[in-house]
Amino acid sequence: MQAQLNKILEEVKEQLKNAETLAQTDEIRVKTLGKKGRLTEILRGMGKLPAEERKETGQMANKVRGAIEQLLEEKFAAVKAAAKEAQFKAEKIDVTEPGRDTIVGVKHPLTITMEEISRIFMNMGFSIVEGPEVETVFNNFDALNAGPNHPARDMTDTFYITEDVLLRTQTSPVQVRTLMKQDPPIKVISPGRCFRCDTPDATHSPMFHQIEGLLVDEGITMADLKGTLDSFAKQLFGTSTRTKFRPHHFPFTEPSAEMDVSCFKCGGKGCRVCKGSGWIEILGCGMVHPNVLKVGNIDTEKYTGFAFGMGVERAAMLKYGVDDIRLFYENDMRFINQFK
Amino acid sequence: MLVPIEWLNDYIDLKDVDTDTFCDRMIMSGSNLETCQHFCEEIENVVVGRIDKIEKHPDADKLVVCQLNVGKDEPVQIVTGAPNVFEGAYVPVALHKSRIPGPLHGQPKQEGGVKITKGKLRGVESFGMLCSAEELGFEDKVVPVVHKDGIWILEEEYPLGMDFAEALGLKQAVVDFEITPNRPDCLAMVGMAREASATFQKPFSYPDTDLEEAGEKESKDFVSVEIKNPESCKRYVARIVTDVKVAQSPWWLQKRLMYAGMRPINNIVDITNFVMLEYGQPIHAFDINQVKGGTIIVENAAEGETFVTLDNNERTLTKDMLLIKDAERGIAIAGVMGGLNSEIEDETTTIIVESANFNGDSVRATSKKLGLRTEASSRFEKGIDPNLAEAAADRVCRLIELIGAGKVCKGSVDAYPAPEAAKTIDIRVDRINHVLGIELPRETMVDILEGLEIAVSGSGNIMTVTPPTIRQDLLEEEDYIEEVARIYGYDKLPVTLPKGNNEAGKSYERTLRDTARDALCSMGLNEVQTYSFVSPKGVDQVRIAEDSWERAFVTLLNPLGEENSVMRTILTPNMMEVLARNYSRNIETVKAFEIGNTFMENVYNQDKLPDEQYSLCIGMYGKNEDFYSLKGVIVELLRILGIKEPAFFAESEYGVYHPGRCARISVPSLRGTDEDGVAEYDELGIMGEIHPDVAETYGMDGLRIYCCELMFDSVIRHADTEMVYTPLPKYPSTSRDIALLVDEDMEVGKIEEIIRKEGKKILEEVKLFDVYRGKQVEEGKKSVAFALTYRDKDKTLTDEEVAEVHGKVLDALKEKLNAVLREM
Repeated sequence: MQAQLNKILEEVKEQLKNAETLAQTDEIRVKTLGKKGRLTEILRGMGKLPAEERKETGQMANKVRGAIEQLLEEKFAAVKAAAKEAQFKAEKIDVTEPGRDTIVGVKHPLTITMEEISRIFMNMGFSIVEGPEVETVFNNFDALNAGPNHPARDMTDTFYITEDVLLRTQTSPVQVRTLMKQDPPIKVISPGRCFRCDTPDATHSPMFHQIEGLLVDEGITMADLKGTLDSFAKQLFGTSTRTKFRPHHFPFTEPSAEMDVSCFKCGGKGCRVCKGSGWIEILGCGMVHPNVLKVGNIDTEKYTGFAFGMGVERAAMLKYGVDDIRLFYENDMRFINQFK
Repeated sequence: MLVPIEWLNDYIDLKDVDTDTFCDRMIMSGSNLETCQHFCEEIENVVVGRIDKIEKHPDADKLVVCQLNVGKDEPVQIVTGAPNVFEGAYVPVALHKSRIPGPLHGQPKQEGGVKITKGKLRGVESFGMLCSAEELGFEDKVVPVVHKDGIWILEEEYPLGMDFAEALGLKQAVVDFEITPNRPDCLAMVGMAREASATFQKPFSYPDTDLEEAGEKESKDFVSVEIKNPESCKRYVARIVTDVKVAQSPWWLQKRLMYAGMRPINNIVDITNFVMLEYGQPIHAFDINQVKGGTIIVENAAEGETFVTLDNNERTLTKDMLLIKDAERGIAIAGVMGGLNSEIEDETTTIIVESANFNGDSVRATSKKLGLRTEASSRFEKGIDPNLAEAAADRVCRLIELIGAGKVCKGSVDAYPAPEAAKTIDIRVDRINHVLGIELPRETMVDILEGLEIAVSGSGNIMTVTPPTIRQDLLEEEDYIEEVARIYGYDKLPVTLPKGNNEAGKSYERTLRDTARDALCSMGLNEVQTYSFVSPKGVDQVRIAEDSWERAFVTLLNPLGEENSVMRTILTPNMMEVLARNYSRNIETVKAFEIGNTFMENVYNQDKLPDEQYSLCIGMYGKNEDFYSLKGVIVELLRILGIKEPAFFAESEYGVYHPGRCARISVPSLRGTDEDGVAEYDELGIMGEIHPDVAETYGMDGLRIYCCELMFDSVIRHADTEMVYTPLPKYPSTSRDIALLVDEDMEVGKIEEIIRKEGKKILEEVKLFDVYRGKQVEEGKKSVAFALTYRDKDKTLTDEEVAEVHGKVLDALKEKLNAVLREM
């Protein structure tokens, strides 16, 4: 019987050598250790052996069984590993093939620019207010201290709906609306569309966007104006940006200024973007003219304020290097997709 | 305002200031720069020459061969085609291997100029070129009349062979300043000298007006002046010059004008222009022989009166136009243009020099009505100080004396009914410091103001200030704050941040627009922006019905063209244009949206402004797009905005869309139900597949396009962005799939409505998963399959409970819709 056991062990060894698949291996297991397996049969027949022989043979049978189980386990592991390897080989893909499209849309570059500018000012405590695109002549000109003969009032400059109603030429009328509605402190910005009689070309559009800002409070100074807008410029164009305030004239502010920023392309050395000057004009600003504050019945001795306004298209063109303003309104998807 | 630096130096010594520094500091004190042009920089090896001999070219009728003396032993031979050369003429000679600014006649301007070398013209050697003023870098409009169409012939003799640019002082910088409308005083050389003086803290001097008055008679012996409309004419100064010799101006005078952008014509005209540029005061000169009775009357024209102006145009006047008349007739339109009848001619010997002050508004109105804008009218429009008139008249006469062009009579005739004085006010030192955020001592402020010729008196905090009358913009305290700030230097003001903290916010409406924009982008749509003003034809192109509200346009009085003549009432036509443009550029797929204002007449609004409403438009085409992909976007967008149960009703009448593929988008009304208990709906917008005729109109024949337009303000009214958590289910759900055989035109929406209604208590979800037509389904029918999910939040449902409700659902479907259950 012991010889029989050894034979089985040897045979199993031999069979396993030839087995290649999981199924073949399992067949060997069933034939050997299954309910009707050869080893099982033998073990079942042990009861017939005399007691003294039974103990010895039993020990040996268990040993053989253990060895076979060990062999099977190893073989199973080996064929499984081989099978996986084969599977991986068969399932290899070309990772350089393109991924399936998952496309997120993009906001219009003017929206992106307005959001960015708005976010900077909101972080400085300016709230967003809005006004209509079709405005009264009063809000757009009279209340903003523009004289009755101010050239901007001409029909060659401004679109009119009636004698008293026009398409706003600036977002500044929102200042007027705010001053009439709210008491100081006032701290607002107003993004929106504006209109002027310009025939479209690479740098002109009869419709464009502005962002207006207004701060009215006790003790607001021109130094505060400089500080606020300098901080804005650094946040929009980078911390190394320098600003320059040049005297200018606007009817609704006095003193008035234009703010230049150091060219973000060349850092101020002079290049094509800044036309060699090292500076780029970015916005108009000034201390709110008392005549404008009076429209809102604000005590001009107690309160002072500053206002500013900037062209969004211009900022976007500078920031993104867009060389033709008309691209913004053509809405070619190949253009818009670039702002992802 | 063109300011030649050389001319400016006549009034203020800036020779130690280089041009860049000059520009930078003038910018910082408030004179913004347009350009700074360096003239004649490119000129190299161009010398003064004299034509000693002219011979015909042997082979060309239009060419001549000149022998030139350029100060060397040998003459230089040059062939030219210029018609105005003559023997003895002094001319600019570009020698072999020279450079001129160009452009050459009839050619475009080149960067860096043009190189000139010797060559042969029709077989005859030419060792250079004779130059015109244009070729030497001057614009055609400033070239003196005499040599406008030919070689530059010099008025005076210069050393032969001398560098031409050096001989004539051609290399100089001209700065073009942008003058803001509040500073008409800077539209004059004297004004710019005053600015430069304040900026560089250097003294400046006024022009020489010390007259010899060598004429025998007095001005008043020749002319009398009467102002009948002192409102429109504040002042009228007339001076008489006799023995006038009309001739060319000397080079220094021509040069001043050329660099300042004006063409030299003759000495009298040149001097009037020179003084206009110098003082900003327009000057007119009449031939006294043409001024009948030696009488000048300033009064309004008669209605319908005709008058021929200097440019030989007959003009019809109205009674509000101011006219200069003699004893019999009009001789000039005040402040706009003189008359042909009193023009200075070569034979003129005695002239009246007019230096008058006309009201800006009156001149503007006249100029506008006549469609005639002149250098003089544009200056009067901006406002001129009446106190300038006398000095300017004197200056004209002084210049005539200086160049020996006539004898100036004694005295002037000066009609000045109400002399104007400057406005004196009190300003406060502490207020100036308060607004600027600085602590400037009074003395510094006084220095600054006095540097601008503002007289300052008073003491302590109060400065009593009187500006020169030329500064008509200095009226209130803030005007002086600006003067102090700009001369002190904006760059020297400190940089601080405003005190005070506050919270920033934005309106609910804007927040929702931003949310919608983010949502649509995340669903793969691109945002577009289109003009608020559109063509009224757009609504025709999208087949809007004749009497529909979309045609109630707000119309522009003065549009650029029909294509931008009305305010948009809807966004769809613009969206179609965007899609068409992209389609024509072969872009395969477009998914786009716009959120923008629309405009409607609003007769009730008090300030007469139109009603402005936000609209949201989506447009898309491409291989994966269809009605349901668009609907999916809309439903998800509305869900994000808190509108969970939008309803879609088929619409077949709206012209924009395919009659079988269009839906009105609605939500259950906030009002609930009507009197009869029927649910009411509020409309949010419309969606569908674009009508094929519309697609064709936009050049997209056969393309399937999907659009929608939502009235965004209505969406906002129904939006609910409050989010409340619903506990996750604790008990399992049970699903039942059903397939129903229904008539082809049975709407899925109806079936779902019945399923929802009947399954109410325990039905958690009903979802369409298949619509099938074809084999095994009879003609005119379709099979629709739904997955129904049942769940009770408080317990596990038993099969019996589900069966009971599910049975009811099936019964109702059969009873109400004749929907037969198919075997699955």
